[in-house]
Parts: sequence; structure tokens; C-alpha cells
Amino acid sequence: MSVVRRVRKVRRVRAVLVALLAFVLTAPLCGVGWSSVALAKEDQPQPPKEFVPVDDIPPGEQIPAINLVAAAYGFVWVAVSGYVWSLARRLKSVEAELADLESKKR
Amino acid sequence: MRTLTTPFIALSAGMLFVAPWIINGAPYESTMGLVQKVFYFHFPSAILFLAAAIVCGINSARFLFWRNQRADGWAVAAAELGFLFGALTLVTGPLWARKAWGVWWVWDTRLTMSLVLFLIFAGYMMLRKYGGPGSDRLGAGMALFGMANVPFIYVSVNVWRTLHPMTSVVPTLPTDMGIPLWFCFAAFTMLFIALLNLRASLEHQRARVEALYLAEDQA
Repeated sequence: MSVVRRVRKVRRVRAVLVALLAFVLTAPLCGVGWSSVALAKEDQPQPPKEFVPVDDIPPGEQIPAINLVAAAYGFVWVAVSGYVWSLARRLKSVEAELADLESKKR
Repeated sequence: MRTLTTPFIALSAGMLFVAPWIINGAPYESTMGLVQKVFYFHFPSAILFLAAAIVCGINSARFLFWRNQRADGWAVAAAELGFLFGALTLVTGPLWARKAWGVWWVWDTRLTMSLVLFLIFAGYMMLRKYGGPGSDRLGAGMALFGMANVPFIYVSVNVWRTLHPMTSVVPTLPTDMGIPLWFCFAAFTMLFIALLNLRASLEHQRARVEALYLAEDQA
């Protein structure tokens, strides 16, 4: 066997040994990394796979009816009062204009 | 008629002031609870909203086909009240629906057609204000379309499946729910008649002012 061939064989064996060593050293690190990813996944809230109905509405989700009833009645009062006020103002203005025109006519 | 307007408004305001106490005495509805009490203001507003469309349509027809100028004044008055009572209906309804149905609005036939009628009134008023010459006749045509909507709005809940209560609810009301309803209905109707009369007289006075200005220009 020539010297050149022997050197090549030694290099090949060394490369295989280095690859094996690298694998032995990095495999646990990969395992730790993978398990930490899995753990992190477990910590995250899981997406819902189905909707589950409940009979009782949670208290935080309930709207107090009194607020809606008061808003409805309040709106009616405000809208009607506003309209009556606007109508009275317009009537007063037209009556004044009419009186002015009629006095001019005389 | 004008002299009766102020007592009518005062009486209806007094009745509407007392109404919450009478409504408070009415029993709770079994499935909707307290929020159903919006009904006592919502129903009269809705009926008068439709009544305004009919008054506006009839007077528009009188103006359009028989050239009755005073009828045009009544049509304008009814359109403005239709807008007001439509707004009351379309605001109180969703406030009730949010609790009873879980949503503010559904695009069912009654709600959609009521919104269309409200928009017709809004369009009519804008046309009369900014439309210039000829807008009175165009507006009268619009009002006829608005009136044509009324029977469809009324029967829609009986014909198409919807969340909205059917028309059979009111005739079958128990007495202790019927008394506050008809009390509020009487108050709203008196208010409607008084405001219609006042608004029409405003329109008639405006017509007189215009006639006087025209006479002044011609002189």
C-alpha cells in the first residue's frame, strides 16, 4: 500500500470518527431543544376543536336590561322634546315674518 | 284646531311622564324579562311611523292628482313625523333586540323594509329642502312609494320566518300588559295628532309668506 493510499484511509476513518462524535454530542442538545418546543406548545392555549354550549351565561357576558330600557325611554324623551323645541322655534320665526309682511302690506 | 294643540301636547307629555310607573307595574314577560318593557314605547312609535306614511301618501295623492296645495302641507308634516317616529322605532327596537335576540340588528323583512321606509322619509325631506322647483311633485311620487310599503311591513312577520314577534301578540296580550300598552299608545297618538297639526300649520304659514313675497314682487 502506497503512502498516499494509507493517508487517504486514515483521513476517511478520522472523518467518520469526527462525524460519530459530533452526532453523540449534538443528539442530546437536539433532544433538549425538541422537548422544550413541545413543552412550549403545551403552555400555549389550545385552539378550540369544537364549540361547547352552556345553559347559563357567564355573569361577565350578561347585559343589564335596565340600561337598555333606560336608553330606549331616554332616547324617546330627548328626541320628542328636541322636535317640539325645534318646531316651536320654526313656528315663532314664521309667525314673526308673516306679521311683518302683513303689517308692510297695510 | 290650533287652540287644542297645546292641551294635547301637555296631556300627552303628562301621560308619557306617568307611563314609566304604569309600565313598572306590568308583569315581566317569561322569556325576555325586563327588556320586553321597551315594547310599550316601541309599538306605539312603530304604528305611528306607519300611520305617518299613510297620511303622507294620501295627502301626496290629493296634491298630485287634484292639485290641492293644502294637502301638500299635510304631506310634508306627516313625512317629518314619519322620520321622527321612524327614528324612535329604529332606535328602541335594536335596544330591545340586543338583549332578547343577542344582536342589535337582523336583516329580516320587517326590519329591512322599515329601514327602507325611514330612508324614503329622509330622502323626501332632503328633496323638499334642496330639490328646487318641481320637488313637490317628485316628493309626492316618493311618498306614494313609501305608502305602498306599509302593508308589506305589517304582514311581513306573519309571512316570512323571522325573530320579530308576530302581529298576533298585541290582540292576545293579557290585561295587565294591555293597559300600559294602550295607555302609552293613547299618549303617543295624541302627541302625533298635535305635532301633525302644528307642523302642517307651519307649512301653511310658510305658503302664505311665499304668496305675500310673490305679491310684493309683482306690485
